[in-house]
Amino acid sequence: MVVARGLRKSFGSFEAVRGIDVEVRRGEAFGFLGPNGAGKSSTMRMVAAVSPPSGGELRVLDLDPAQHGSAIRGRLGVCPQEDTLDTELTVRENLLIYGRYFGIPRREVARRADELLGFFQLGEKRDAKVEDLSGGMKRRLTIARSLINDPELLLLDEPTTGLDPQARHLLWDKLFRLKQQGVTLVLTTHYMDEAEQLCDRLVVMDGGLIVAEGSPLQLIREHATREVAELRFPVGEHTALADRVADLAERVEVLPDRLLLYTHDGEEALARVHERGLAPVAVLSRRATLEDVFLRLTGRTLVD
Amino acid sequence: MSDPTERVAGRAPLDTATPEVVEPGVAAMLGRQLDYWWTVFRRTWKGSVVSYFLQPWLYIAAMGLLLGGYIDDASSGVGGAPTYLDFIAPGLLAATAMQVATGEVMWPVMGALKWDKTYYGMIATPLRVVDIVAGHLAFAMFRVASAAVVFVLALAVIGIFSSPLGLLASLGSALLVGLAFATPVYAFSAGARSEQGFALIYRLGVMPMFLFSGAFFPVSNLSEPLEWMARLTPLWHGVELCRMGSLETWDSTAVVHVTYLLVLAALGCWFAVRRLRSRLVV
Ligand SMILES: Nc1ncnc2c1ncn2[C@@H]1O[C@H](COP(=O)(O)OP(=O)(O)OP(=O)(O)O)[C@@H](O)[C@H]1O
Ligand SMILES: [Mg+2]
Repeated sequence: MVVARGLRKSFGSFEAVRGIDVEVRRGEAFGFLGPNGAGKSSTMRMVAAVSPPSGGELRVLDLDPAQHGSAIRGRLGVCPQEDTLDTELTVRENLLIYGRYFGIPRREVARRADELLGFFQLGEKRDAKVEDLSGGMKRRLTIARSLINDPELLLLDEPTTGLDPQARHLLWDKLFRLKQQGVTLVLTTHYMDEAEQLCDRLVVMDGGLIVAEGSPLQLIREHATREVAELRFPVGEHTALADRVADLAERVEVLPDRLLLYTHDGEEALARVHERGLAPVAVLSRRATLEDVFLRLTGRTLVD
Repeated sequence: MSDPTERVAGRAPLDTATPEVVEPGVAAMLGRQLDYWWTVFRRTWKGSVVSYFLQPWLYIAAMGLLLGGYIDDASSGVGGAPTYLDFIAPGLLAATAMQVATGEVMWPVMGALKWDKTYYGMIATPLRVVDIVAGHLAFAMFRVASAAVVFVLALAVIGIFSSPLGLLASLGSALLVGLAFATPVYAFSAGARSEQGFALIYRLGVMPMFLFSGAFFPVSNLSEPLEWMARLTPLWHGVELCRMGSLETWDSTAVVHVTYLLVLAALGCWFAVRRLRSRLVV
């Protein structure tokens, strides 16, 4: 569906994407995970055929976006990071008018619009102005709109950023169903749980480069341990205490507010810490997540 | 974009299946935007309809009849027209076309780029930059046409035209004036980062032309250098053309006016697409 080789994007002298290789296969959910400024949106916009690559090669649906941008866009659904809904129009009008841009006959657009409004639970709001919608509803409408042309490939740039947990779960459920219907999903996120929930495969981006690639499980297995013990000490003591627990874990990560012990058995590590007479303010034993993978690879947390 | 010299080292280039991709033409893409512009029309027609209908009559009353009364008493005919009303009527028509055209492609274009971001929604679909420009300009020209038709009908009521042909010629000239202003101003708006430039266009472009480009008095009344400056403005060519229509005083200079305005419109189109592209496609 998407093949990129050595793909680059520069803005003036600044390189936002510095040569990435990506391949997205039909029917899968593929994720770009990375912190602010990693180059996720820049990549998505190139794939969406609205931003010409500055270097490397890109094929979307077997076409070259530089030559066949319009044809590619006709087969894509795009949910951009910032909503581009027409706030002067009603919810339903937004779908109708957008659908017409794809050359879909009016009657057919109307049918699909009503179907999508139902699917995304916006039926009651169909005649409300977009201005009056909540953030979650706007996001749902943006995604509904991106599906009006029955796309083969759906690009979602941070679909759930800014939503409350309930709205996020509702959206995840919808996206999961779309995937089951055979729609190929490409999404960006800085939420690890989102990536773990939705993505079959993902790449971790940082500073315009891909730093890791694989399924969520693979990545965790490769770059982290099974479990993580978190220790919170009074502020400023973490660096000093790190040495005293270093031998209790495969690896110790020092964060400003806590120590992370990477180990096979979190509870066991915590017990040993207590045996040594250390008294953390708070402790937590949990399974390793993609956040740990990212921390391992870049030395930074994902969401600052 | 995919410059062959930039192939990724050591690997065969990705093949493009050289597919038979047939892209719809601009006309088809215009059709796809009809529904959108129809909603814009439904939302905004009430605001403009009053001024469209009122303005011609205000102009005719104030300038044609009241001011014209003084002028006609003092002289016999102005710049080849029998009465002052006959002289300014086509000038006002051309000026109205200019004002409607520029107004339609300043704030609305800025809004579509900066405030509502509707263009960003459009460019994510099969619409291309050229289609978006064409759609917006078509709508602007629809507004110009509406205003011009209402204006011309008002003039017809007070007997400015001696034949239907003169009426049609004036109307066509007004549309050409609208197009010649809409496209370059659109180009300006497409690249503008803030609306401050619009005030400048009004103060340095629209207003001076309105006053000095032969709508209200023959430009030969100006001092020689100013007269030549006036003759270089697009509005002067438009006013002359409209006046030739209403007075039915056509001569070969009409070709010059038409060519001037067409070239301006064409250059404007080219710049408009170029500037919108560099704004939207980054
Ligand atoms: N149009 C532009 N002009 C100049 N610089 C840009 C432009 N778009 C993006 N950038 C820069 O490119 C870098 C990558 O931006 P991008 O939006 O791709 O990051 P991102 O991974 O999507 O980040 P976020 O999570 O904040 O959305 C940033 O440093 C950004 O400032
Ligand atoms: Mg982004």
